[in-house]
Amino acid sequence: MNEKVIYVKNLVKKFGNFTANDNLSFEVFEGEIFGFLGANGAGKTTALRILSGLSKPTSGEVNVAGYDAYKQAEMIKRNIGYMCQKFSLYEDLTVKENIILYGGIYGMSKSLIRERLTNLLEKLHFQKDENRMISDLPLGLRQKLAFSVAVLHEPKIVFLDEPTGGVDPITRRQFWETIYETASRGITVFVTTHYMDEAEYCDRISIMNEGKIVALDTPEKLKKQYDAASVEEVFIKIARP
Amino acid sequence: MALLNRGCRERLFLPPVKNNHMIKVIESSGIAKSFGSTMALDDISFFVNESEIFGFIGPDGAGKTTLFRIITTLLLPDKGNMKVLGMDATSDYKQLRKNIGYMPGRFSLYQDLSVEENLNFYATVFGTTVEENYELIANIYSHIEPFKKRLAGKLSGGMKQKLALSCALIHKPRLLVLDEPTTGVDAVSRSEFWDMLSKLRQYNISIIVSTPYMDEAIRCDRVALIQNGKILSIDTPQKIRAGFSRKLFTVKSVEKYKLIKTLRKNPEVLTSYPFGDSIHVTLFNDSSDNSLFEYLVREGINDAVIQETEAGIEDRFLELMEKGVTA
Repeated sequence: MNEKVIYVKNLVKKFGNFTANDNLSFEVFEGEIFGFLGANGAGKTTALRILSGLSKPTSGEVNVAGYDAYKQAEMIKRNIGYMCQKFSLYEDLTVKENIILYGGIYGMSKSLIRERLTNLLEKLHFQKDENRMISDLPLGLRQKLAFSVAVLHEPKIVFLDEPTGGVDPITRRQFWETIYETASRGITVFVTTHYMDEAEYCDRISIMNEGKIVALDTPEKLKKQYDAASVEEVFIKIARP
Repeated sequence: MALLNRGCRERLFLPPVKNNHMIKVIESSGIAKSFGSTMALDDISFFVNESEIFGFIGPDGAGKTTLFRIITTLLLPDKGNMKVLGMDATSDYKQLRKNIGYMPGRFSLYQDLSVEENLNFYATVFGTTVEENYELIANIYSHIEPFKKRLAGKLSGGMKQKLALSCALIHKPRLLVLDEPTTGVDAVSRSEFWDMLSKLRQYNISIIVSTPYMDEAIRCDRVALIQNGKILSIDTPQKIRAGFSRKLFTVKSVEKYKLIKTLRKNPEVLTSYPFGDSIHVTLFNDSSDNSLFEYLVREGINDAVIQETEAGIEDRFLELMEKGVTA
């Protein structure tokens, strides 16, 4: 759990006069579940776009999965996975078609895609459903599949954007168990959310406010430091002046 | 009390009551609704008292929005009776709509009108003016008034929510229906929003609100837990929590995934669910927590900490879901 898979030092991102990310510094380790929190407009999305190779920093050092965000953005994209709650799979394609499509996008060989497809269907007990449209699947199953697809290419890091908002409590817990399992295999799980319940499941969390990281520690230590019963209380104490 | 009651009854255009029972603003009995082969609502019966904040708590797809559309006369039930403010939701829909404020789950104000224009528009549609009922929304609208010339589509999530609430309130409805008002809104805005709802109580406005966030249950007077079109339980949040039938333990270890797998192997363990930084566990025998600890140590989990804890709404929801599955 010592290898740094994300290294960010003095990251600044400006849009004209507006500083969206103001001198961010943090590290995330192999196999860690890291929660990236902040209010709407705090700068989470901007930072996430940089970490996933979609946008370049204005200044500062950013290294993701061993690649530099300025010069090796394409390599970053190949070594990360991404899943968001709202959209991840194509609803008008079948389960199998989605898996093949994503495998292709991640640049995997046909034989590797076939192998992972079989394994994945078996693991999710999806063999009978491989030809079902995504739009016919219940939300819980869709989410499980979306996550499996996001780690199909065994990336070093998977980024999850509000992964469990709105699902029922049992499905939600099954989903977190899958996350734990993935992290125990050494894949880093980077969760952005403003759903404070989700933050409680993370190993460490950072809280952003107005472009800056204002807190970074384990949920337990932050709760102690701010004398709060939950991460939600910590968040409100920090974000409400 | 008698005087107050009579006042309320008059406002509701109902005959005076002879007893002290609370006035019911919603009486739903046996409501069912299907879409094709999907049963969206199945035998939904409940009532809401005047001035109550009543919450429907359940995941996406539970049927919350369908139910709210029936309450607001926008959808007809297949079966059952829905009485709202003493009127029938099917036959008295015209009169009823004048007295309901509805905030749908999807932001549905005019994005290309300004904040102020939206508010004026909604007031006019209901035959009133912003000035007439300003007192009611002052506390909410004051947050967005500095941006009143801004287009609604350009507002942040928290500000859109406050504008939508202002528009739903501007005709001084007797019943406010809020469908997932806090979804996608950050924790600070969520907390502010609930404070605003609590303040509306003084105006005798009854509120029904739906949410997928279990932790918001405590902000309601009573809640209904809803799942797969069925109500699992209706009560005060305190009583729902107290309904949890077993001793509940939190178990912690640094190696969470190993801990879950190890717990599942133990036949003494009835349920084990991840809950934030710990695992919530119930046992077949409530007093076997010591032997569980010894078991974990034997299995190589030396840092386990087991503590008894109070069940929350979500624990009870899980318990009810399991019963639903096995029943």
